[in-house]
Amino acid sequence: MRKILLSSIIIIIGITFLGRLGYLQIFSFSPDQALEDPAIKRIYDYPERGYIYDRNGKLLVGNDPAYDVMVIPREVRALDTLEFCNLLGVGKEKFIKELRKARIYSPRLPSVLVPQLSKEDYARLQEKMRHYQGFYIQKRSLRYYDTPSAANVLGYISEVNERDLAKNPYYVQGELTGRSGVEKVYEDILRGRKGVQYLQKDRFNRDIGPYKDGILDTLPEQGKEIHITIDKQLQEYGERLMYGKRGGIVALEPATGEILSMISGPTYDPSLLVGRERSANYSKLHYDSISKPLFDRSISAEGSPGSPFKTLNALVALQEGVITTGTTFSCYNGFYVGRTKRGCHCGGGTRNLNVGIYKSCNAYFAGTFRKIYEKFPTTDEAQDAWEKHMRSFGLGGYLGSDLHTGRPGLIPSKKYYDKWYGDNRWSSSYIISNSIGQGEVAATPIQLANMTAAIANRGHFFTPHLLKKVDGEDISNPEFVKPKHTTIDKEHFEPVIKGMADVYNYGTGRWVQIPDIEIAGKTGTVENYTVIDSVKTQLTDHSVFVAFAPVDKPKIAIAVYIENGYYGSRYAGHIASLMIEKYLKGEITRKDLEKRMLEKTLEHEYAKPYSGEEFKINEYVW
Amino acid sequence: MSGRSVLKRIDWLTVLFYILLVAIGWVNIYSSTFTEAEPSIFNFSTLHGKQLFFIGASAVSIVIILALETNFFERFSSVLYIVSMVLLLGLFVFGKTVAGATSWYDLGFFNLQPSELAKATTALALAKYLSDIQTDIKRRKDQLYAFLIILIPTILIVPQPDPGSALVFFALVFVIFREGLPLYYLGIGFLLVSVFVATLMFGTIWVGIALALLIVLFFLLKKKSFKLPVLPVVSFAILAVLFSLSVNFVFNNVFEQRHRDRFSLWLRLEKDPEKLEQIRKTIGYNTYQSEKAIESGGFFGKGFLEGTRTKGDFVPEQHTDYIFSTVGEEWGFVGTATVVILFTLLLLRLVYLAERQKNAFSRMYGYGVISILLIHYFINIGMVIGVLPTIGIPLPFFSYGGSGLLFFTLLLFIFLKLDTNRLKEGI
Repeated sequence: MRKILLSSIIIIIGITFLGRLGYLQIFSFSPDQALEDPAIKRIYDYPERGYIYDRNGKLLVGNDPAYDVMVIPREVRALDTLEFCNLLGVGKEKFIKELRKARIYSPRLPSVLVPQLSKEDYARLQEKMRHYQGFYIQKRSLRYYDTPSAANVLGYISEVNERDLAKNPYYVQGELTGRSGVEKVYEDILRGRKGVQYLQKDRFNRDIGPYKDGILDTLPEQGKEIHITIDKQLQEYGERLMYGKRGGIVALEPATGEILSMISGPTYDPSLLVGRERSANYSKLHYDSISKPLFDRSISAEGSPGSPFKTLNALVALQEGVITTGTTFSCYNGFYVGRTKRGCHCGGGTRNLNVGIYKSCNAYFAGTFRKIYEKFPTTDEAQDAWEKHMRSFGLGGYLGSDLHTGRPGLIPSKKYYDKWYGDNRWSSSYIISNSIGQGEVAATPIQLANMTAAIANRGHFFTPHLLKKVDGEDISNPEFVKPKHTTIDKEHFEPVIKGMADVYNYGTGRWVQIPDIEIAGKTGTVENYTVIDSVKTQLTDHSVFVAFAPVDKPKIAIAVYIENGYYGSRYAGHIASLMIEKYLKGEITRKDLEKRMLEKTLEHEYAKPYSGEEFKINEYVW
Repeated sequence: MSGRSVLKRIDWLTVLFYILLVAIGWVNIYSSTFTEAEPSIFNFSTLHGKQLFFIGASAVSIVIILALETNFFERFSSVLYIVSMVLLLGLFVFGKTVAGATSWYDLGFFNLQPSELAKATTALALAKYLSDIQTDIKRRKDQLYAFLIILIPTILIVPQPDPGSALVFFALVFVIFREGLPLYYLGIGFLLVSVFVATLMFGTIWVGIALALLIVLFFLLKKKSFKLPVLPVVSFAILAVLFSLSVNFVFNNVFEQRHRDRFSLWLRLEKDPEKLEQIRKTIGYNTYQSEKAIESGGFFGKGFLEGTRTKGDFVPEQHTDYIFSTVGEEWGFVGTATVVILFTLLLLRLVYLAERQKNAFSRMYGYGVISILLIHYFINIGMVIGVLPTIGIPLPFFSYGGSGLLFFTLLLFIFLKLDTNRLKEGI
């Protein structure tokens, strides 16, 4: 026993070691593993990023070559620094500093010494470069924007950060990725797939040819070009109209849900976020916390929808059978909630559905709203029914579109009010403001446009989206090509649309008429407040207008939301009519109006809350 | 005795294994310290050149050992032991500090590591003591003295600090076992280690359940005639559970984080991938890199001087403690298996040689040699391939290091010299 103890131990150890080595070297070993080997060098071949075109095939985003001067510090030999600096067009101190930085990063890996030379500098440098050992020029491609507009739609690209690297193993430090907008959402399509070439290095750290004769190498896959649904001309025009104004415009094609334009004001030139000045420009935009140019108001600004929301309340009331087109309510230049009188600007009198809409009578819709709630035995049930109808128009939740950001808006539920007022301690009169699109309801411009498209389609909509074609092929994503039906029956839409057409013909929107174009629309004038020195202060009303045209075969549905633009037709209505005219006719007949809209700014309104002085609101100042 | 008869009687098989291991070792040192600037083999400013010099020095020392009287080692073992202990003590005053450990004497042309010498002299002294006619290992007092011989160098080496080398001396306990120390010492030691590891891996509850099952099994399987010491077995189990509890306490409260990390790396306790990555970059870096290097060798390896990870110096200390990873990367499973088999054969051959000694001193010294070589080989390769925690001791005959090679050679060839004289009994 004692004699064999040691021998047994020796043999057991031997077997254990052989087992472990077998596991490591035979079982765990895979030939591909060599690809993680630090001594196998990978060279990437980057495909060109896909171009982005508008719906009519006009180029929006392309690529521009750029040239980086690279350095491998270990290979740098003595050189005439001054001459080289002159060639590069950088100061000597900066050159030495950058070189030191590169050496600290790694003496053997290439670092960028001077990024993004111009084509001219490149031409000058190219032939002399071989005199300078350890330096070389690397070609890259930069995004080139063929439009000063649509920054919020197109987005931008920037270098991957730690989080991107952790999330997607595809990326390597220093690569670019879409950061917002279309560039982000369709990153995979636009980017393509980089090719990889594996090089074997020998013990002297020299490349000795392809690893395993290149069987593992891959060719780059080109990025695909895409067409987006944006109409470049309309988008650019809309952004010009937004000059000096804050708010959002969204125009859709009701028959497809395609986003024709998506404008946020103020915005910025997308070219600002390309090239050497990118980060400085970005900071400037990012830190503008008052006008917030990076905030996409067209899809993220949640505001009270105002009177356009009345059309939906009318539809719900018709669907629930609590009113007919003939049902009337009296307006006493307002209506009473308990003993409190709430105002109305329609002029007073007996109102039916048609007049209620085109005169935007608050009393009529307060009455209608009450009738909806009276139909149900409890307020809870009524709220459920009402919420369900509203949500079917894409309100109060994310639309599920292919936009990189967005907000859900708000369609309050019974839970919301139970929390606010207490269980069963509220009724329709508490929430009567919802009848006229004030109160708790909130929506983004794109939701308003989508709601308008649903009315234009008489009861259904297509999820708003930006992608039209990939490599010339139309998209087939069922999310985008299948209609979503609202809970309102088709026949109830006609009287409401008739009312909206009359808004344009002789109602609140009659000021915006365009020759030869029939429009159905609805104005909105949204009261709004801010807090100045802890005091709730009312500001000039937001100007809102939703419309679609032509009335019978709608080609465009639009929502315009102009912050502090006063009454609905004053800014939003005019801008919407110009947009519609531009889209349907291609040119503007009402030059005076166009000029006025292009030149007028609302900066004086936006300055008021910051002026520190008393100010008046809702002034007729032109 | 003439030199010719020594050459006739020496165990050439062991010598062959020795030469093979030294040669393979040097080839791998050459590979892992190779630089394009100094491709010459005989440049003594390079590490592989220095190692070549020490291989020569070892050859000279072999000649000297073989030329000495056989009796010399037994007669002078006590003196050699005392001298080496004095040298160890002297380190506290004259020692040279390398990499945080004061383990060397600077002799100008090379650094002497007295703990390497002490391994051989302690083996000699222990053999001498145990083979003494008056020593009875069944006696407690004699057991204590035998342990003391092992303990003294350990105590001197631990504060250098060089716990790895100190651990080596405990291997000499095998010698005492071979000579009659009751086996339950070993059993208890083994059990404690098992409980320690099992507690860390599975927790005290499972250890308790396992122990209970074992006892039940024991009751079921015991022979009727066998009188079972019920009380000791049960109390022992209770003690083991208490020990298991204390392990948790010690691990969480006494150990430092780096110790915990080493254990959690070894036992794969850490499941959180982020923390695992952290450990791999810090305390587990060596182990991870060496495992990767070995794994990347595959079955046939990448070829001599073609180890890409070796070239890139990804494994720290690759020419010393982690030399085996070079074998793994460049020669693949074929190479690593060859080395493991060579060591196994060498050790088994030494066991055979030790067992055939008529002379008790020679046999016990033989066992000492085997124990020392075995523990180095076991801990070093175990650490490099990731089955044992990181304990920095070299691979005998293989790792770069002058005094290491010299004293391993001394250790082995003293035994081979004794073996040439095996037929003579007594002194």
